[in-house]
Amino acid sequence: MKVPVVVLVACAAAVTASPSFADAKTEAKSQVEFGINVAQRGLWREAIYRWQKATEIDPTYVAAYNDLAIAYEHEGQLDKARKAYEKAIELDPNNSQVRQNYELFKEINDRTSSKEK
Amino acid sequence: MTGPAAKKSSLALAAIAACGAVFALACGPDFYEIPIETPIQPKMDVTPFQRVLVVGFVAGGSEDVDANQETVRLLRSQLRTKSSLKVIDADILPLIDVAKEQSQGAPNSPDDTTSGATPSPRPVSQTLALPANIKEEKDLEPYERLFANTAYWKRIGEEFQNPLIVTGTVLFSSRSTSGFVQRDQETYDSMGRRIVRPVRTYMERKGFILRPKFVFIDGRTGATMYSESYREEILYNAQQNTPALSSYFELMDRLVPNFLSALSSQKIRGTRVLLK
Repeated sequence: MKVPVVVLVACAAAVTASPSFADAKTEAKSQVEFGINVAQRGLWREAIYRWQKATEIDPTYVAAYNDLAIAYEHEGQLDKARKAYEKAIELDPNNSQVRQNYELFKEINDRTSSKEK
Repeated sequence: MTGPAAKKSSLALAAIAACGAVFALACGPDFYEIPIETPIQPKMDVTPFQRVLVVGFVAGGSEDVDANQETVRLLRSQLRTKSSLKVIDADILPLIDVAKEQSQGAPNSPDDTTSGATPSPRPVSQTLALPANIKEEKDLEPYERLFANTAYWKRIGEEFQNPLIVTGTVLFSSRSTSGFVQRDQETYDSMGRRIVRPVRTYMERKGFILRPKFVFIDGRTGATMYSESYREEILYNAQQNTPALSSYFELMDRLVPNFLSALSSQKIRGTRVLLK
């Protein structure tokens, strides 16, 4: 039985990459959890640092972008908040909680952007 | 399945359920509601000003409310408590009369010239017809020229040591409408359970529309720094008798945060959901 080389390479890559990928996911998750913990205590700057780190470790982590957007909102950095929300929605368009946060954010953002009359 | 076998099975199920509960508790929830306060920067740079003069408004619409007086009073009291600017307490200017005088190119009334409360306005245009009664939005349009009269506002500014001047137009008018509206209907089923269903019913409603335009003028130059217009509406059941003044305040309540955010930073409170 002949196994194509491509399949073998893919399997090898999967076997070698899986543990580090899992590690990255775990690390990103722990950063997000830590961020939530500090945000609940009002330490939003630290939370931003943690959530930024989580997005660097795992750029597909929807929760990290969502939480980062909320923190930016709280800090009044509305442009950054919008970008983070949009990234979260791009990654998971059907996430109702992210969408709800984004809708609430837009209400405020629209109010401030309508000021340039 | 009876006897020891059934007992074993139910014990196993209970153990699985307990494990599940412990696991769920250990993992915790996947989302957390968190209160946030979004700081909003002021729309204008008011740092050159220490004082603000809410001078008056060109007002019209319902005769039940003196929209000029009420708007000035409300904005002054809001600015006193929610901005760092010192509010000047001065007589409220009858801007409709001022605009009429300007359009006729006539001098001020004797009272104004003697007291010096209203500086002599610059003649604007002999041909500009100002409606005697302001009933709708188009009636306000000819009055817009008043806000562009920089010489007039500069003189007002000089009189009060160059404050930030707040003026504009306010139209507060009644409105009645009829049509289908959706509302929740509460019923109870045979088991006594409460059921709420949205139903569409035909209703006659009446209420008010508030259309203010706030104009912020630099008292040093008389030039308009910024202006913004709003529209708010409130409708009640036609049988409900709500005083015009309370409707006016209800509508202004919705707009005041926007007005204040033009000249002072505000914090908007809300709740968001953090995800894990």
